[in-house]
Amino acid sequence: MKNKVFASFDEAVADIFDGAVIAHSSFGAAGQAFNLWEALSRKDVKDLTIVGNMLHPRQPEPTGPHLPHAYGPIDCVLQPGKVKRIITGFTSNVYSAMAGEAAEYDKITKDMEIIPVSFGTISLRLEAAASGYGGILSPVGIGTYMEDYCQKITVDGKEYLIEKPIFPDFGFVKAWKADRLGNLVYYRQQRVHNPLVARASKVTIAEVQELVEPGEIDPDHVHTPHVYVDRIVRIPRGGVGSREWEAVSKVLGFGPGGNRRASLSAQTGN
Amino acid sequence: MVDRARLVEKYKTSRLDRQTVGMRIAKEFKDGDCVNLGRGIPLLAADYVDPSIDIYYQAEPGLLGYGSAYTIDEWEDIDPELHDAAMRHVRPRQGMVAFDMGEAFNMLRGHHLDAGVVGGFQVSEKGDFANWAFKYPVLHSGISIGGGFDLVVGPKRCIVAITHLDRDGAAKVVRELTLPLTGGRNMVDLVVTDLAVIEVVGPKGNKEGMVLKEYAPGWTVEEVQALTEARLKIAPDVKVIEL
Repeated sequence: MKNKVFASFDEAVADIFDGAVIAHSSFGAAGQAFNLWEALSRKDVKDLTIVGNMLHPRQPEPTGPHLPHAYGPIDCVLQPGKVKRIITGFTSNVYSAMAGEAAEYDKITKDMEIIPVSFGTISLRLEAAASGYGGILSPVGIGTYMEDYCQKITVDGKEYLIEKPIFPDFGFVKAWKADRLGNLVYYRQQRVHNPLVARASKVTIAEVQELVEPGEIDPDHVHTPHVYVDRIVRIPRGGVGSREWEAVSKVLGFGPGGNRRASLSAQTGN
Repeated sequence: MVDRARLVEKYKTSRLDRQTVGMRIAKEFKDGDCVNLGRGIPLLAADYVDPSIDIYYQAEPGLLGYGSAYTIDEWEDIDPELHDAAMRHVRPRQGMVAFDMGEAFNMLRGHHLDAGVVGGFQVSEKGDFANWAFKYPVLHSGISIGGGFDLVVGPKRCIVAITHLDRDGAAKVVRELTLPLTGGRNMVDLVVTDLAVIEVVGPKGNKEGMVLKEYAPGWTVEEVQALTEARLKIAPDVKVIEL
């Protein structure tokens, strides 16, 4: 059996090269590969392209000794020269969460190419890359700014935009459970874009909360078949993104899914 | 001649509150409907659905049929990895199903949902909708497209829930959008504001115009039209909003 299990996150991202396209999954923090982003933020590399639905904001820093900083793509974006292009559907949350650093973010992203896309469009473009389509005809975006980015085509009298594939060189994936072959199972909102990122990327790196032996996951319950997964790193017990960490982050008032403030503001509809 | 400035003042004090708008939207749902609620006023509709019927809510991160949201006092019970599109931690519910986001958007695009309710900035009389770019260049506004594009185009019915006027007293129900379009042309089927319920008649993609169906208590049809830039036809059975 080919060994896909890596001992550390740094080893798993060691061959990421200048100008690489990196896809990730993010909706809140539930399915976000914190540790891979941390490893990448330590690595000396430049001109990356980041593809993903959101740039999750930096977590509030002073979270106490029990809860280290949870890294995300934003930490790489904030390193000058590291990121060249961002393809994303949502950065407003970065601003609202980074009150003090928003000016810094503006200064750094001024020379970056930031391409706004809708979440559904990211799904389609990853799907096209994953399944070998030359593009997908989408009914969404006719008459909008998206026409500047896409070719238009009429089929049976109905207009569509051609969503071309995005080919990520590396995909950062987070999952609940993996076996040593690389079969992945996600838990609840961990799934988000992770299966698509795994399928679309040339090299898929998965950080997982649990690692089991082949056969321990029922074949019917696998969400991402192992053919799509190239590297697996197990999150250390209690480490950022682990089950134990989630329990602590819940107590401290913010955590994977969202945060308590979001739950409160949603009650008033704001 | 109606004095618009006076009406704007009246609007500030005697419009429906957000909860009431939510209640009115809730009346649009039928037993068994699968519905996607956007952030803001649309989410409030979930609180006022007739308890005798079952509505299954879909969330963009990949969830269908979830339960109500936890309140801030219940944080001990939350599942950190179970949340809706507005990042509210929600209760699991029997029959709930989780899937990936690609599937969630295929579900939208493929017209499988009965209704999508969205909030935003402007809606035009031909059913165009704008919700992702701000009226003024807002410092630190960022990109906020999110999933709105597919939510407008995909579901069988697109319901827009907005306030009738913006903070400056300008109409949000307009003849032509001045803000960038969301999703696609002529997609909105119903507009529910804190002053009126307006139907955009015609099939999706080929809307003919707006018909005023209901208006808020304490207002008249003429007053509603004066605060609406779009030209409204008046339904023969136009009435005061009932809950």
